[in-house]
Amino acid sequence: MKKQYIVIAVLAGAVAFLVASCFQKNGTQHIKSGNEPISYNFDIRPILSDKCFACHGPDAKKREAGLRLDVAESAYGKLREGKGFAIFPGKPEQSEVYKRITSLDPTYQMPTPESHLGLLNESEVGLVKKWIEQGARYEQHWAFAAPRKSALPRVADDNWPRNEIDYFTLDKMEENDLEPSEEASREQLIKRLSLDLTGLAPSLALQQKFEKDESEKTYEKIVDELIARKSFGEKMAVQWMDVARYGDSFGYQNDHSRTQWPWRDWVISAFNKNVPYDRFVTWQLAGDLLPNASKEQILATAFLRNHKYNEEAGIILEEYRIEYNLDKTKTVSSGLLGLTVECAQCHDHKYDPISQEDYYRLFAFFNNSKEKGQAKIIGGTAVVPALDITDAERKSILNFVNSKDTSTIWVSVMSENDTIRPTHILSRGVYDAPGRIVTASGLKAVMKFDTTLYPKNRLGLAKWMFNKNNPLTARVYVNQVWQEFFGRGIVKSTGDFGMQGDLPSHPALLDWLAVDFMEHGWNVKRLVKQIVMSATYRQSSKLTPEKKEKDPENIYLARGARYRIPAEMIRDVVLSSSGLLSPEIGGASVRPYQPKGLWENSTAGRGDLTKYVPDTGSNLYRRGIYTFIKVTLPPPAMIVFDASSRDHCEVKRQKTNTPLQALIMLNDPAVLEASRVLAERMIAKSANVQANIRESFLRIVCRQPTEKEMELLTEYYNSEASTFTKDKKHAVRVLNAGEYPHEPKVNQVQAAALMRVINALYNMEEVITKS
Amino acid sequence: MSAHHDEPFRLNTPDLADLNETLDRRAFFQRTASGLGALALGSLLGSAAQASPMSEEKLESIRRQVAPKAKRVVYLFMAGGPSQFETFDYKPKLASMLGKGLPDSVRGGQRLTGMSANQANLPIAPSLYKFDQYGKSRAWVSELLPYTAQVVDELCIVKSLFTEQINHDPAITFFQTGHQLPGRPSIGSWVSYGLGSENQNLPAFIVLVSKNASKDQPLYARLWGNGFLPSEHQGVQFRSGKDPVLFLNNPEGYDGTDREKMLDYLTQLNQVQNESWGDPEVNARISQYEMAFRMQTSVPEVMDTAGEPDEVFELYGPDSRDKGSYAANCLLARKLLEKDVRFVQLYHQGWDHHGSLPKGMVKQCKQVDQATAGLIVDLKRRGILEDTLVIWGGEFGRTVYSQGKLSAADYGRDHHPRCFTMWMAGAGVKPGFSYGQTDDFSYNIVKDPVHVHDVQATLLHLLGVDHEQLVYKYQGRRFRLTDVHGRVVNEILT
Repeated sequence: MKKQYIVIAVLAGAVAFLVASCFQKNGTQHIKSGNEPISYNFDIRPILSDKCFACHGPDAKKREAGLRLDVAESAYGKLREGKGFAIFPGKPEQSEVYKRITSLDPTYQMPTPESHLGLLNESEVGLVKKWIEQGARYEQHWAFAAPRKSALPRVADDNWPRNEIDYFTLDKMEENDLEPSEEASREQLIKRLSLDLTGLAPSLALQQKFEKDESEKTYEKIVDELIARKSFGEKMAVQWMDVARYGDSFGYQNDHSRTQWPWRDWVISAFNKNVPYDRFVTWQLAGDLLPNASKEQILATAFLRNHKYNEEAGIILEEYRIEYNLDKTKTVSSGLLGLTVECAQCHDHKYDPISQEDYYRLFAFFNNSKEKGQAKIIGGTAVVPALDITDAERKSILNFVNSKDTSTIWVSVMSENDTIRPTHILSRGVYDAPGRIVTASGLKAVMKFDTTLYPKNRLGLAKWMFNKNNPLTARVYVNQVWQEFFGRGIVKSTGDFGMQGDLPSHPALLDWLAVDFMEHGWNVKRLVKQIVMSATYRQSSKLTPEKKEKDPENIYLARGARYRIPAEMIRDVVLSSSGLLSPEIGGASVRPYQPKGLWENSTAGRGDLTKYVPDTGSNLYRRGIYTFIKVTLPPPAMIVFDASSRDHCEVKRQKTNTPLQALIMLNDPAVLEASRVLAERMIAKSANVQANIRESFLRIVCRQPTEKEMELLTEYYNSEASTFTKDKKHAVRVLNAGEYPHEPKVNQVQAAALMRVINALYNMEEVITKS
Repeated sequence: MSAHHDEPFRLNTPDLADLNETLDRRAFFQRTASGLGALALGSLLGSAAQASPMSEEKLESIRRQVAPKAKRVVYLFMAGGPSQFETFDYKPKLASMLGKGLPDSVRGGQRLTGMSANQANLPIAPSLYKFDQYGKSRAWVSELLPYTAQVVDELCIVKSLFTEQINHDPAITFFQTGHQLPGRPSIGSWVSYGLGSENQNLPAFIVLVSKNASKDQPLYARLWGNGFLPSEHQGVQFRSGKDPVLFLNNPEGYDGTDREKMLDYLTQLNQVQNESWGDPEVNARISQYEMAFRMQTSVPEVMDTAGEPDEVFELYGPDSRDKGSYAANCLLARKLLEKDVRFVQLYHQGWDHHGSLPKGMVKQCKQVDQATAGLIVDLKRRGILEDTLVIWGGEFGRTVYSQGKLSAADYGRDHHPRCFTMWMAGAGVKPGFSYGQTDDFSYNIVKDPVHVHDVQATLLHLLGVDHEQLVYKYQGRRFRLTDVHGRVVNEILT
């Protein structure tokens, strides 16, 4: 009786899943017809990886029946149990794999009901069948083969492409029966460019300049201008802060503050100086190991020391020393190589050809650091090994470090032991279960680590990563940059290029961009410009019913991207459009308004971050990237908008839409203050209601309002103004937002009414959306 | 303490019929009427922007795997690690062993924290407090918990909990997220993700932190964080005071009345946008503003306990009138549970007694005892204990030996991950039941060990969710609350 119930439940679950998976596939996978060749990489491996490799894959310890389906030799070989072959090329009916994935017998079928992996759906079964019929040919995983620049695809509409990118995207559109959208309006484009290149709302002057001249030359000139602005570096650095899990505190228990911000200042300056990506990363991984390393190069290695550091009394030091290195390994593998290797900390990877030994060989690069589980805190805010930065240096060789204070600043950085600390494979990943000793090496599945070329230290690791044949480094970064502009990577799983990751939507484009990036000296500004100059980027984001139906997720880019902007950018848009933004770059992180009592309620009263005292003056109006991040209690207005908690390396943020976000836009003093200050400034200049509303709209929404919008806003203004006229004290209470000095002698009724209108504008969906 | 302090603990007495009359009848009907389905809520709270990797159909099928016993959970987390010796794990043989060294055979090479690793000897510290047996179940309870002793027949006491973590931060993170390192979703987030909400005006996962606790160890936002799950599954902290939910109200001094008018215009403005872009996100944003607006009314309403009869405050104890205290939070928790909030998480810090434990325990127990028992009684008489799971416990236990100076009247205890006690009550767990057994030193488990992941698996099971099936694929890997472990502790289930 009970058994029967289980079978029914399993079947019901499987049916539900089948239904679900049929509906989920929207265009990412074609149903191949006729004799179209089936690709192992694109059609088959995703299925096998998801459904089979957990028990028949790279992990030797979990392998069932001695069978591997990830390598041809084992899959074609004679089965150890039973008769026959798992895969008999050409003959699905004689292949055990095919028989089992089509079986209805729960004791025989694969995946087993106990695995909870769910059965293959009809289209998946069809693909496997056809693949076996066609000879069941295996291929190297796409991401582990070096990228190659293919010829530009031939497209039907030759007029549309503006640069190489467009040939690849148009090719995919044509393949999927889609047409590109018209170019976005000028006002839409300038907002898009300004957000993407500087993270700020375009000023009125910039909007006008762009509007006036629609020539291609102006477009390019403005792109160049925006890329040359200092705010470009700030915008680019936000993404890198997530990769580098940057925070302003140690992140455990009492959570003291720390000074890693000089490193953040270096990152901003590096983007602005257009330091090539290979040098940018090499310095961060191994600046201290370069010959005659400069202080700037050593400072860059703070990248590896941004992880959390445990100051709790009574911890076991070795446990945490290991923990810090595991974190470094994760940051490098997922942030720079696009691989999730953590599984191999405890056992061979279940999906990717990365053994536990491979993992600890990668780990070994970081294991020779002078760090301890707990070490001396130096200068109050850094842990040895640390770098001192004197005032004199800040005025000369390290002039990008912004400090008003003249005392020496200490930053936690990397430094090597003189003699190599042996690295053990840790059984089950546990610090006190050391096994065999291994030496440092890059992941062999990715690319051979040739010890005649590369030293067995972090510098060698960097050299290995930036060898032009390394299949991942360029692809991964190009993809991260692409994601910044289109909201989604060409490989959607930005942090996982392994077998469980998503396949590239435009593989040839990804490779072309990666190779081109390398061929042009890892030039980041060039890559960015290439993207924004493309016709693909310039399309309107209008969603037609046809496109919604054919490509709801906009995988094929037949329209411009439209999505909610990230947390920091929301703050920056509010500050820049209201004119409150402080232009200061870098320096110690700042404390904007935050609801009272947050730090106070969660602290145990120890350390220097027990009380939150907001800054005053211009520090209240600094860009989001400078907001102080207490790692155990990150700023709520950021977290609610999906900012990273900086607990660990993150390469992709969610884009949720929640009621708490609405509450922030309605009630955050920062937004109210910006509304008030802008209103007062405009009223001080002119009492023309229509003109004031129109200008606020232009500044905040960055386009001309429609008639209907003007009507609504004027009506709202008038209704508020009449309320305040009746009760002037009410207007004063409304204007009581933020500490920024009031404009003298403004009409308070008008200012309060306009403030309400502006506050409503800030709450428009369009304002916090890139469109 | 009033002479009749135990009166409210007489369950099912005829007087209760009168009391039921005074309950908010509307609340009662709201509860019994079919709640807003998780699917409907999915469209309210879960936006279309980030399609959940598990389809609604799949989630639905997971929900149906096991018949749910619990509809909601209240987790009373005793942060810092309460000692089992002075609460539930009675060890009479220790009485005669004051100051004697812990036998090596008992210790068996267990690692020590850096705090007691350098101690010359490990002298045994018997509990200073007396134990007695209570209720029909004859369970042993210390004299520090007189109110809890009165409801002991409702409790399922597990004495054989163990964890792998020996320091606070990783241990509490492990308990609340299934992994010792930060970054994974918390239990409440998993529950919100898997089951959705049944209340359209309140978040599915609400967190309350006692303001009156000794803050010997900090708390971290990650304990109720959503990790890699969409942020709508984040625990929302309700705080006592003017701004119960962050940004719910206008900042101090600012007059934001007439908000409704602005929302009217805003909705119209956004609709203009919706017409020109055709992006469903615009509509989603409009609904979020509507929900935010509803929260501005529903949150203060639910947090206002002024309308509760005196008898209720007496039940939870005198602190319950002091907003933000543990007792007031217990009362508030009951109100939230009545509104079908899925997961209510309380934190009460102050249990980290490395020294002066006897004094510390008196204070801590006094702060939580009456209100905890009051909550059980209140839930029971309102008929919702049967489908509400109540959990009480900390992140690890404490050592039998004294840390630092030991005298007959004073001692401290270090962290002990190898065994500790927690209890559950309500939906689907055996009442008046005790499970697991430790040795005479409460140093090792001798019978029926229960791992942290087992507690998590059991919790999900009671909610009708198979812990092996509630997965979220993130960066190529399927993640679970219980990682690759966890066993439903069927032995404690009804």
